[in-house]
This record gives sequence, structure tokens and C-alpha cells, in this order.
Amino acid sequence: MSGHGLNLRRYLVIVLMAGVLFLPFAAFALNAFAFRWFYPQFIPADFSLQAWERIFASNSRLGEALLNSTLIAVGVTLVSVIIGLPAARALGLYNFRGKRLVEFLVLAPTMVPPIVVSFGLSVNFIRWRLAGTLLGVGLVHLVPVMPYVVLTLAGVFANYNVDYEAQARSLGASPWRVLWHITLPAIFPGVVVAGLFAFLISWSQYVLTFLIGQGKIITMPVLLFSAAGGVDNANIAALALMFVGPALLILLVTSRYLGSGAAGGLARI
Amino acid sequence: MTFWERYRVPLLLAPTMAVILVLFVGGLGYGLAQSLGWNPRIGSTDLSLDAYTAIIAGEQYAPAFWRGLLLSLWVSFASTALSVVIAVALALAIRGTGPGKRLSVFLFQFNLPIPHIVAAIGILFVLSQSGLLSRGAAQLGIISTPSDFPLLVRDRFGLGIILAYLWKEVPFVGVIVLAVLQSLGSTYEDVARNLGAGRWQRFRYVTLPLIAPALLSAGTLVFAFTFGAYEVPAVLGVRYPQALPVMALDFFNNADLNARAEAMALSMIIAAVTMTLVGLYMVLRRPGTT
Repeated sequence: MSGHGLNLRRYLVIVLMAGVLFLPFAAFALNAFAFRWFYPQFIPADFSLQAWERIFASNSRLGEALLNSTLIAVGVTLVSVIIGLPAARALGLYNFRGKRLVEFLVLAPTMVPPIVVSFGLSVNFIRWRLAGTLLGVGLVHLVPVMPYVVLTLAGVFANYNVDYEAQARSLGASPWRVLWHITLPAIFPGVVVAGLFAFLISWSQYVLTFLIGQGKIITMPVLLFSAAGGVDNANIAALALMFVGPALLILLVTSRYLGSGAAGGLARI
Repeated sequence: MTFWERYRVPLLLAPTMAVILVLFVGGLGYGLAQSLGWNPRIGSTDLSLDAYTAIIAGEQYAPAFWRGLLLSLWVSFASTALSVVIAVALALAIRGTGPGKRLSVFLFQFNLPIPHIVAAIGILFVLSQSGLLSRGAAQLGIISTPSDFPLLVRDRFGLGIILAYLWKEVPFVGVIVLAVLQSLGSTYEDVARNLGAGRWQRFRYVTLPLIAPALLSAGTLVFAFTFGAYEVPAVLGVRYPQALPVMALDFFNNADLNARAEAMALSMIIAAVTMTLVGLYMVLRRPGTT
């Protein structure tokens, strides 16, 4: 039956895809635990935890990098969602003059490479004493983050019924109660997806952090990038795993909200 | 009309617009001014195109610039075209229902949060001449020394860069195509089948036109991103030719302050290329969609 042939082919494609996607992680895992991994051994003859002892040693900057990355990503997520929500509401619910221009401006940062914006900003950030600070780095992270947050949330508001708010108000609910009991529950899944995008974009940002942080703000990608210039593969692999671990964990926790809506949000951009 | 109703939209938009206008438009504008030689702190307020002519035609930078531009264009076009083609083929092969569906969607999504720098290092570990695949080939007796393995990373043609981008962008485009295919269902294809259309005809005249707008927008995003990104070519590229963003950051970190204007000019050229492409996309997608 042709149906079986089709299914078999489908599973073959899926297995092949899984293999290609998985290979780099196999390489990270092997490198991170390998001890004197001579060519052409495919699996190291000896394993060790030396790389892990080194990156967790007291003179390692892993702790500082994890803390900075987390502080910046969490701060950027909160700020971007808080300022992005009202903008998304305006774009999703109302028609107004200049709407196309606003949409264009919101989208624009996805089309201009971060390196371009950060060159111009770095001079001013030095003058404003924001260069080399967590606040300064967090602020520039908002540039690549805002388009994804606003467009994701605008999509949610486009399918949102404001009448419920009016009904709650006519029953005597205060604006805060309307926000807390009506608006937020209705848009919650969209907020989670927007927050996920914000966190992941900030978490993986290298160029902006490097240029605005001026080497004083060590984050995970900065640490990994400087290690990648060296030859200690075990060290590089262990750091890479410490870097992607939290990102994957967050995706796993929020994956049930990532329906076709999230893909739609990505496709819109 | 109350005050709130009258000024609702501008007030709602204000915080986001402030961020975009000050940080994005401001950064871009200041970069442009500096690329034109505007630098009041060193007493230079005359505008000129010196930095641009130095890059495009100057003896010192021009050869590296043109080779770098060629490399960046090649890498971005190849990455974009291949990731769209492969993503469509994969999405068509794995769509539908059944136990494989959840797994395939997961496989596509799983890759999205992996930062590009990690993807680049992963490709290095897998495809370098002493990497995982080379060791596998040696175990199978296909090759005997690392140098027998083809040079796929840190090569002059940007192959490693393209492969790393494919690893990242195929799932990205795939997620989008899969979502569009699911929202379309199989009705149109069933109709075409009943009318006697073959597999290729169904794809060419039914499915492809339906997914084309999504492909165009995903492809534009991939091109704009890969053309201006720094991490992957920095890890997987060579000293010469150098991708434009890597060259720009080298200029910027150069101790010579004159190189600053050149760095800004180079970054403006990078922005001009991506914006031209995005403008082209907007013209192309106009008919049919809003």
C-alpha cells in the first residue's frame, strides 16, 4: 500500500532531521567530558570532569556571566512586555492615522543588523555613562527585542474582544481589576510567547553586549566567544552547554503555549 | 470625547516609540552622521564622503571590501535559497497527522532558541578536519588522516558559514511553512488531485502559490539576518576574504580613530544592502496582500 510507503518515508526524514539537529550536541557532550581525545577515536578512550572543574573553579567567570546574562534577560523581558503591551493594544485594536508608519518603525529593527545600530549608539552611551553598565546593555537589547514582543502581542489583540472590558466596567470594576481579571487572563498565552522571544533574543545577544558592555559586562555569549578563540575544546563545549541549557529549559517550560500562534507571529515578521 | 479617548493611541504607543526612536533611529542616525565625518568632539563638523570613497575605491580597503562584499552576498543568497528549498521539502515530507507530527514540530522548534554562536561552534566540532564526522570517516576506513577530510569550515568559500546558517534557518523557515500548510489543510490539493493534477503539478500550481507569501517573508528575514550577522562568520570564517560585519567590527576596534568613520561607513553599506532587499520584498508582496 502506498500509504505505508509514505509513512516510512516520513519517518526516515524525521530520523534524518533529528540526527542532523542532534549531531552538534553529541559533539558538545563528547568534547565536554573527553580526556585526551586522540584522532581518530570516535568516542574518547577516557572521560574526565576536568573542563567542568575548571569552569566552576573560583577563578572562573562563569558565575558572573550567568548572573549578568540572567539579570539582563529577565530585566529586558519585563520591560519589553510592559512597554510593548500598550503599543500592541494600539496596533491590534485601533485604526489611526500613521498606523503604517508606526508598524514600519516597529518592524525596522529586524531589518537593520544590530552591529549598525550599536556602532552609532556606543559613542553616545559612553557620553551618557551607560557604556559598560548592566543598564546600558539591557537598554540596547530592547532594540532587537521590541519588534518581536510588539508584533506577537499585536496579533493577540487583533483577536481580542474589548466588549468584556466594557461589561466588567459597567458592573463597577476598577481599571486595575479589569486589567487583572479580564485583560491579562485573555492575553496570557501571548504574553508568555512574547516574553519567551524577549528572553531568548536577549540571552543570545553577543555583538550588542560586547560593544556597549565594553568588555566590562561579561555575559554567557561574551565568555563563550572569548573561549571559542582558544583551543581548549573541552572548555568551549562545557561553556556552550551551560549557555544553551537555560534557553532550552525555558523553551521546554513554555512549549505548550507555542502553538501555531507563535509560528504565525514569526511568519508575520 | 474624553481626554483618554482623544489621546489613547499616542499614549499607548509612546513608551515603545521612545525606545525605537531614541535607540534605533538615533543610533542609526548618529552612525550615519559619523560615517560622513561628523565628529564635533574632535572638531570635525564638515560632512564628506571620504570614508565611503576610502572603502569603495581606496588602495588600503577596497580590495578587501569587494572580496568581502562578494563573500557576504554569496553566503546570504546561498543560505537563504537553500534553507527555503530544504525547509519546504522537509515540511511537505513530514506534514500531516500521526505520532510523527508532534515530534517533527518539536524538532523544528527545539532549534529556535539555540544561539547562532553555539550553532557555529557545533558545526566546527562536527565538520572540522579533526571533528566528529572526520573521526567517523576514519573509523570506517574512508580516510586515514584529518587532512584527507574536505575543508568544510574556516574555508575561503564560506561553506562552513553557510552550513551553520542552514542548521539554524531551515527549522526557522520550516516552522513557518508547516504552520501555513496546517492552516491551509489539504482541500485545495484534493480538488487538484480530483481534477487530475499530478504530484508536481499540485505542488507547482496549488501548494507553492499558497505558501509563496510566507516563503518570501521568511526568506527576506533570513537574508537580512545572515548578511548583517557577526558571530557565525567570526567563528567559521577566514582572515581573507572576510565577511563585511566581521570587517566592520575589526575597523571599529582599531585603535586608529580615523578607522571609526570607515567602520561607520561600512556598517551603513551593510544596512543599505539589507534595506534595499527588504524594500524589494515590500514591493514584491504588495499585490494580493495588505
